[in-house]
Order: sequence, then C-alpha cells, then structure tokens
Amino acid sequence: MTRHIRYAAAFCALLLAALLVNAARIQVIQAGAYDDNPANRRQDIARYGQPRGDILVGGRPVTRSEDTGESLRYERTYTHGPLYAPVTGFSSQRYGTTFLEHAADGALSGTDPMLSPFTLWNDLARARNPGGDVVTTLNAAAQQAAFTGLGNRKGAVAAIEPATGRILALVSTPSYDPGALSGNGPAVTRSWLGLNEDPDKPMLNRAVRQTYPPGSTFKVVTAAAALDAGVIKDLDQRTDSPDPYTLPGTRTTLRNATHGCAHASLRLAFEKSCNTVFAKLGVDVGVTDMAATAHAFGFNDTRLRIPYSVAPSTFDTSVDKAQLALSSIGQYNTRATPLQMAMVSAAVANGGQLREPYLVERITTNRGATVSTARARPPRQAMNPSTARHMRELMRNVVEDGTGTHAVIPGATVGGKTGTAQHGVDNSGTPYAWFVSWAQGDHDLEPKVAVAVVVEDASAHRREITGGGVAAPIARAVMEAVLRS
Amino acid sequence: MTKAGTGTTVAADTPAPAVLLPRRRGIELALIVVAVLLSVYGYCHVGLARTGAVPPGAVGYGAGLGVLALLAHLAVRLRAPYADPLLLPIGVLLNGLGLVLIYRLDLQTPGDRAAPAQLVWSALGITLFAYVVAALRDHRVLQRYAYVCVAAALVLLTLPIFFPAVNGARIWIRIAGFSIQPGEFAKVLLAVFFAAYLAANRNALAYAGRRVWKLQLPTGRVLGPIVAIWLVSVGVLILERDLGTSLLFFGLFVVMLYVATGRTGWIAVGLLLATLGAVAVGRMEPHVAARIQDWLHPFASIEAGQGPGQLAQSLFAFAAGGVLGTGLGLGHSILIGFATKSDFILATAGEELGLAGLSAIFLLYGLLVERGYRAGLALREPFGRLLAVGLASIVALQVFVIAGGVTGLIPLTGMAMPFLAQGGSSVVTNWAIVALLIRVSHSARRQYDGQVAP
Repeated sequence: MTRHIRYAAAFCALLLAALLVNAARIQVIQAGAYDDNPANRRQDIARYGQPRGDILVGGRPVTRSEDTGESLRYERTYTHGPLYAPVTGFSSQRYGTTFLEHAADGALSGTDPMLSPFTLWNDLARARNPGGDVVTTLNAAAQQAAFTGLGNRKGAVAAIEPATGRILALVSTPSYDPGALSGNGPAVTRSWLGLNEDPDKPMLNRAVRQTYPPGSTFKVVTAAAALDAGVIKDLDQRTDSPDPYTLPGTRTTLRNATHGCAHASLRLAFEKSCNTVFAKLGVDVGVTDMAATAHAFGFNDTRLRIPYSVAPSTFDTSVDKAQLALSSIGQYNTRATPLQMAMVSAAVANGGQLREPYLVERITTNRGATVSTARARPPRQAMNPSTARHMRELMRNVVEDGTGTHAVIPGATVGGKTGTAQHGVDNSGTPYAWFVSWAQGDHDLEPKVAVAVVVEDASAHRREITGGGVAAPIARAVMEAVLRS
Repeated sequence: MTKAGTGTTVAADTPAPAVLLPRRRGIELALIVVAVLLSVYGYCHVGLARTGAVPPGAVGYGAGLGVLALLAHLAVRLRAPYADPLLLPIGVLLNGLGLVLIYRLDLQTPGDRAAPAQLVWSALGITLFAYVVAALRDHRVLQRYAYVCVAAALVLLTLPIFFPAVNGARIWIRIAGFSIQPGEFAKVLLAVFFAAYLAANRNALAYAGRRVWKLQLPTGRVLGPIVAIWLVSVGVLILERDLGTSLLFFGLFVVMLYVATGRTGWIAVGLLLATLGAVAVGRMEPHVAARIQDWLHPFASIEAGQGPGQLAQSLFAFAAGGVLGTGLGLGHSILIGFATKSDFILATAGEELGLAGLSAIFLLYGLLVERGYRAGLALREPFGRLLAVGLASIVALQVFVIAGGVTGLIPLTGMAMPFLAQGGSSVVTNWAIVALLIRVSHSARRQYDGQVAP
C-alpha cells in the first residue's frame, strides 16, 4: 500500500506542478497580450483613475477633473468649454480624445516617460505619474475678444505672434461644451448624436480644419509673388491691366466691384482690391513663381502640426492661364484655413520670415517643473525683406485709406486686407467675409499680432457681407486685446 | 512530497521501538501567531490601500481570529499532542487570507457584505474542529459508522434536488436565509465510507479477474460498487448539473481504490467510465457544453462583440497581477462580476498578490496535502491510511479542479477554493477535514515505529 500512496502523492505533486506552470504562463508569458486586450478595462481604469493634467491659458487652467467615484473615475470638465473647444478638444471616456487633449494625451494622462524622473522604477512598480500640465501660447483676452466678436455668427479667428509663431487666439463658432462628452452615460451618447446631427457642425474646428476660398485676401500672396519675381518694381507704377479683363484663352470677362481699376498701380489696385489687376498679375508672374510663393507661405503643406494636424490649404499648380488668373484672386481651387491666412499676414509683418505656428508653450509636471518646451523652429523666408516692407506699406494703406478702415486702432500701426469670397454654384452661396491683418503698437519694436477672420453667415444680407464691414471689427478687437496685454 | 524513509531505517521485522517523537506544540503555536499576524497585516493593508486608513474592525478581526486559532490550538495541545504541527497553522493562514480577500471585495460591493458571515462560519468551523479533535478519541471509531456515513451522504446529496436551481446548478438548500451546500459535507462522509469499505474489502477487490489485452480487469462481483458510485456521480451531475462535485467524488473514489488495491486496472476502468460520463453529459447538457466551449475559446464572446466573459475577465485579472501583483486592495478583479468572492476568489489573489503570492498559496495547499499523505504513510492500519489519503486527496483534487478552472487549464466547474472562497458549508467542511487529519496524524506520530518519519 505504501508504494501506491507514494504514487498517488506523486500524482498530486503533478497536479500542483501543472497549476504552477499554468499560472506562470498566464501571469508572465501571456500577461502582456491579456493586458493589451481591448476588452480588458484595466488600462481605461488606470487612465481615468487619476486626475488628468490640465490645459493652461494665461497661467490659469481651463480644464478640470471631476471625481465621479465611478469605475472610470475622473471626468473632464471645462471652465470655458465653448470658448476653448477648438484648442482643447474633448476627452471622453466613450469617444476618445481630440485636438490638444489628443495630441498631448501622453503628458495629460501621465504615461509620457519624460514626466518621470525614474522611468525604470515606474516600469517595475507599475506606477503611473500624475498627469502633467500643458501650458498654451493663447492670450486669454484675445481669445475672448474673438469669441465675443464672432457672437452668433458662423466663422473662425486665428491670431499669431509674427515673431515667434505662437498662436494667440484660435476660435471657431458656433462652438460646444466639450465637457458634455466626458463620461460614459446615456447623456454623453445623446450629446454626441446631437452634436453630430447639428447642421451648424459645432464640433467642426473652422480655424484649422475647414478651408475656405480666401478671395481677395489672397492678393497679399499674389502681390508678394509679383514683387519677389520682379514683375512689379515700383508700387506706384502704372500696370498694363485692362478693365474688364478677358481671361486668357476664354471669352469670360472679369470685372471689378469698384471703378478706377484700369491700369491701376499696385498700390491703388491693392487698396481698391481690383480683381482685374491681380488676375492679370498672377498670369504675368506665371504658375511656377506663384506656386513657389504660395508654398513658401504654407499652402500645399500637409505636414503642419500645431501640435494637432491642420487641414492643408491649397493652391492648384496644374492650371491653365485662365484658371491661374482666378486662382490668383483667391478663387478656383485656391482654399485656405483661417490659420493659413493668419500665417500669410504674420509673414508680411515679420519681415518676410514665416514662423511655424504652435500652441504648446511648454509641458510641466503636475508640480509645475518644466519637462519640455516648444522646440525652436527654423524660420522660413516667405518673401524678400524688401518685398515684405512693400507689402506692409500696401496693407497699411488699406486700413488707412482703403476697404479696411474699420480696423484702425489709435496708437498703433495696422495693416490689413479685406476679402469677400464668393462660392457655390454660379457664386450663389452667401459670400464669406474675410479680413487679414497685423498690428504694431507705437511703442513696440515689431508687429505683435497677425490675425485672420472669416465670417460665413447665411442669415445676413448678401450686400452686407464684406470683409471690411463684418470681419475687420472682429480683427481689430483681437489686435487691441493683444496690444493692450 | 513523499520524502519518506529519511529517518533511521530499522529492519522490517523488528518490533516498534518506544521512540517518542517530539510533540512540537510550541512550533505550532508560533506558526499560528505568524498566520494570524499575516492575516491582520493583509486586513490593514486592504484598508490602507482602499480608504487610506486602517479599517475600524482590524483589532476585532485580529482578536477574533486569534482567539479562534488559540481555541483550536488548545484542543490540539490537550487531546492530540502528537499531531502534525503544520496542519493547523496552514488552515488558519488560508482561512485568514480568505477573510481578507472577501473583506477586500466587500469594499467594492457595498450592497453585499460577505465577510462578517464568513467570519461567523469560520468560527463555527473552528469550533467544530475543536470539538472533533477533543471528542473523537480515536479515528478508528469512525469505521463503525461507515454505512451511516454513506446513507447520510446520499441524503445530503439528494436534498438540493428539491430546491430551486441557482445559476444553473442545484447544489444549494436554503434554510432560514442561509444557503447551505450539503454536497460539501457529503465529501467527508464519503471519504470515511470509502476508507472503511475499501479497508474491509481490499483483498477481494485486488483479486484479479479477466485479462483483456494488457489490462488485468477486476472480477464482475466486485465491479458492482464502483459502477454504483459511478452512477451516483453521473446522477449528481445530471440532476444537480454540478460537474465539479461529481468529478471530485469520482476522482476521490478512483484514487482511494487505487491506493487500496494497487491495481492500475481500476484507474483504466475509472478513466474510461469518467470519459464516457463526461462525453455523454457534455452532449446532453447545454450548461456543461457551454463551459467546455468557454474553456476552449475564452475570448469568443469578445470577438462576437459581447464583451469579455467571466473566464476572460478571470484571465485578465491573473495577467494584471504579473509577477509581484498590484498589491492588496489595488486590483480590479471585481470586473469578473458574479461569483468573484466564491468560485473566482483565486483571481483576486492572483491579481493583487501576483504569481509570487499565488505560488505561495498553491504551495500551502501542497504542504497541507503532503502532511496528510505523510500521516497516511506513517500509519500501519489500512483504515487510517485510506482516510488520510482520501481527505488529503479531497483537498488536492478540489484545489486542482477550481484553480485549474479559473486559470483556464481545465473546463471551469463551480467549486469552492478550500478555506479561501466565500461559502459557509465549505469552510466548515474544510475545518472538519483538517480536524480528522490532526487526529490521524496524532495517531501516526504517537505510534511512530521508526520506519517512516511522519
């Protein structure tokens, strides 16, 4: 019997060994795969188990984390949801993250290894760092001015500091409260469906994700290309431009909204926004040089990140002369985001040097120690410095004597360009009102702000939608806010 | 596990020398103190991790467990002074750890507090332990009650058939708000019966019958009892839909039969019958078939878009623990949902204590079983030997069936992890098992004949 008891005991030992080996298989060998299984909620629980880092504007957080006590514990709230929605995006337990919440998620959720002084120790102890904070470049006053200025109208504003590329304001209306998407309950689903079905598309970030025909504001690019290419050498020289202008190779004629454009000088044509002059100018410059200048300003650039991606603005390079003529006055396939037009204005203001725009000044730990700062981006020469000087002069004239007088700021030099872009089949859509500008306080050494405003408003009368009348006052408010701060 | 014969080897024909083994009660007491302190530490750790404060009941819990363990120790010291010093501390530690795990899960299920009831059941179990150790002067007395035992076991097994099914299994009876699993008690009674029956009939059973190919089959006359037991197991399986219990009964019978007769033929017959029964029931019972499907494809429900099933959640919990675990109170095994505190209690241990803690728990069970077998080896009379082997095998099989089930090694069958899992009947039964092992080992060590060191 003793022998058989021993065999039975050996059998029990075998069972024990099987259990131990199997436990090691699950807990060590397969552990990684099981941990990463999307149905395993532990990663979500860990992610939402600690307060998320905050997004700061002007030193104050515009986000909060609310302890719900549920399994996905901390939910995001926003102090000024709609105001900063195009910047923050949302952070939803159900629908993921967008914009800064997405681009800086590693820092905000605490997974970014740079937040940790002892990376190895964290790996071993499976600890997670407290979420880091994201300090933005935004100017709270400018952001508020843009948001108030747009009011109930549909549109967007982008403002940049020309010398650095820091984004000072980024507004899109109508907006929404991203906090409505935080959490996991049925209310979140309702908000999501409601926002997606809204015909006004409140979740669309018009400042960076929507392109518009830039219309006359694109004449800044065309004028710069003409000056750079040497097609125009003197701002006051008479140009050879008939009015009306027959598009090359077609019988279509192009007219102006104002009189006195025939053979107008560049200065006069820019002031009056003569379509005929700039259409012909674009053709005279040629598609190669036009495209080169447009590209130098940032058109056709698919790689721009601020740090989230920006819809590429386009300037069509495979065009015939008639199409080039239309492209040069911001029609045909020429499309631009408000941010892109702010970059155009900023390049002019900054002596022809374009700084890539960015939103994140620095990332800090939850205790405020800086762990990374905005990388220094090399400037890009969008035009010759002399061209930039001429362009500043032209844009100043527009505000002082031309279509942009609504943008005048006492005690500051302001340059601008209006635009009223027609669109739709046979231009039947309500035109978009554009205004791009920059401003330099009398005591400042360099221009402090460059702005682009677009207003698309179906409810206003067609006649009243002009860049100077609708968009310029908003730009002025934003510029004033920046100059005052 | 069977390191025997390491003591002085004495010629087989010499009579038992009057060598008295040391009693080792002091060691037992020291180990019990360690076990209680470990449990209290775990209890405090859970409170600190979950709420940031030492739980208010820590002193009461520690004192309660300590007093109970002391009571058990006194019973052993007075009535079974030669008993193995490891059996009781292992029981106390496992029971204390189980209480900690259940308390820890209670914190996340405020509507369902199981730890207080479990503590009451543990107290009952330890009281029963003390009573058995004190009242049962010699385990051989039980031999006389073999047929009473089997009758009682059959009654207990058939009782739940008259009560409504809970979660697909008819293994509970409800009396005055208490859920009792009579099948748990039946295990011990059956072990006693098997030991008595086999001790009396082992020679007849060992008699070889016909020879088929290379197998020496038992004769038809003695085949009767084994077929009867098989029928009872299958009956339990079909009527109560309890795969685990029938597997345990049958496994227990086969192991004891093998030890008693030494015939591998019995194992072959047993495996054949078990396979037949399992296949037939797997075909007939959708409940059992689903368990097998779940075992083969634990992530099928995820792929079907229905979220993870219980077994998948259990595997996630074990995986989340890794080598060192998340720490007591810091895991998310509550995601398993239903039966987290009972069948799946091991997943909480695996997640929060890691592979290290889980291995320690397995080794504790291994040690408990080994001590049982060692007592069996040391005894000279067949009833005591079979009883010790049977009781130890119950623990071994039960641990394997449920631990293997929740870790995806074998199909999952509902069964309580001895001492750890929530369930009053189970705790009481396990204390009864340890009490009987204490009695057997007391006899074994007192009659030490110098041959096999118990």
